[in-house]
Amino acid sequence: IMFTTQVYGDNGKMKEYHYTGPVEHRFSPYSFNGGTVLAVAGEDFAIVASDTRLSEGYSIHSRDSPKCYKLTNTTVIGCSGFHGDCLTLTKIIDARLKMYKHSNNKSMTSGAIAAMLSTILYGRRFFPYYVYNIIGGLDEEGKGAVYSFDPVGSYQRDTYKAGGSASAMLQPLLDNQIGYKNMEGVQHLPLNQEKAVQLVKDVFISAAERDVYTGDALRICIVTKEGIKEETVPLRKD
Amino acid sequence: MALFDVSGYKSHSELRGQILGTGVGHLIDRPNQQFSVPVGVDPSGFLKSCSREGGVSIDLNHGTTTLAFTFRHGVIVAVDSRASAGSYIASKEANKVIEINPYLLGTMSGSAADCQYWERLLAKECRLYKLRNKQRISVSAASKLLCNMMLGYRGMGLSMGSMIVGWDNKGPGLYYVDDNATRLSGRMFSTGCGSSYAYGVIDSGYREDMTVEEAYELGRRGITHATHRDAYSGGVVNLYHMQEDGWIKVCKEDVSELIHRYRKDMF
Repeated sequence: IMFTTQVYGDNGKMKEYHYTGPVEHRFSPYSFNGGTVLAVAGEDFAIVASDTRLSEGYSIHSRDSPKCYKLTNTTVIGCSGFHGDCLTLTKIIDARLKMYKHSNNKSMTSGAIAAMLSTILYGRRFFPYYVYNIIGGLDEEGKGAVYSFDPVGSYQRDTYKAGGSASAMLQPLLDNQIGYKNMEGVQHLPLNQEKAVQLVKDVFISAAERDVYTGDALRICIVTKEGIKEETVPLRKD
Repeated sequence: MALFDVSGYKSHSELRGQILGTGVGHLIDRPNQQFSVPVGVDPSGFLKSCSREGGVSIDLNHGTTTLAFTFRHGVIVAVDSRASAGSYIASKEANKVIEINPYLLGTMSGSAADCQYWERLLAKECRLYKLRNKQRISVSAASKLLCNMMLGYRGMGLSMGSMIVGWDNKGPGLYYVDDNATRLSGRMFSTGCGSSYAYGVIDSGYREDMTVEEAYELGRRGITHATHRDAYSGGVVNLYHMQEDGWIKVCKEDVSELIHRYRKDMF
């Protein structure tokens, strides 16, 4: 197969509102649709939350497009980035889950789904899915588990993780409130479910204040051994 | 079904063929997976070209310092734990050592996804080797397997600098393998963007007849000083010791505490 080599320069960019030269426009397979996702793991629960705004450039396509998708009774995935790739990726994951269930007569565990997603993403190493994924669920022992991914499949297990457009704003706040980082002389209390849900709501309210791509409403999925409970909370619509 | 071809699912007969192998007694690097490629574009420059347009910024996890050296009592492996995506620190506790089996370790530097994927594949091939040949794979063979995987995708923009560390019949083994399919055997290597700083420290403190504690300290210092000077390294030091009867994990210490210990007069 012959590959054409193309050189991409910065020609044509607007510099202080002056046109700098001829521009080569080519089709970009990607687009950025915004959105923030957050997942927190507790002792016997996991929370996956996302805002519901779908935007592109300066427009909002939809105010009711949540980014959490239920995979199994014990696992929820949050996907943000390019909405087209999010939809296709979740379809592929659902198909693979069904295939696994039919071949092995049991549901996939959270850890197994995470490992499988890593290989699915890496299969597109040279033409990535533009999706930032975070999986939240219960592991085999019933403890909360969060797995965070980069677009090409590198992943690891965390206690809490924020992904998407406001991730850089939320992650330090979570480091402080859940990880007790940069706090001296404070007792490290384990996180209970009520406190975690309240923290998630507060954190998204802050994100909606300062990130243009985050807002409209917040969808929270709480995963416990009883099942998955969903809650919707309104956020700033501006 | 429409999704069947893209989903990457392998049918049972294909899997069976992989496990049982096509040639008895041979070790063949078989193509394990089809990779989708963007049509008509050079893959290594493709991602960079898509970024920046319309707010799209696809940042992949990167960056590290890792080091390993052999001495009288085995091999010391030390790595940092920072994964950066662009200028954002995506993770402070990334795991950059893959435990292939109790006698083999692999380190990861460069692109996190590339290292994780290919070294997991290497772990699978080592396990298959053991099942087929009834003996553990040698460090030399394991590093060569990884090297050949890299050769298959040379020039396509993979980024991986890894050290394969183990103890086999020939004694302690240390090989450096990178994305250009370079494979070098040696007694001391350091990889990643902080490697120059680490080399300075371990080169000046290294003696072949060090005690085990001195070697641990040297490994720790190498990583700590590298994280102090390199922006893309940080987090904690994960230290492993490869001995004759397998590897042990020695410690996991935060570099900010270590740097305070080493440079007491500086602060």
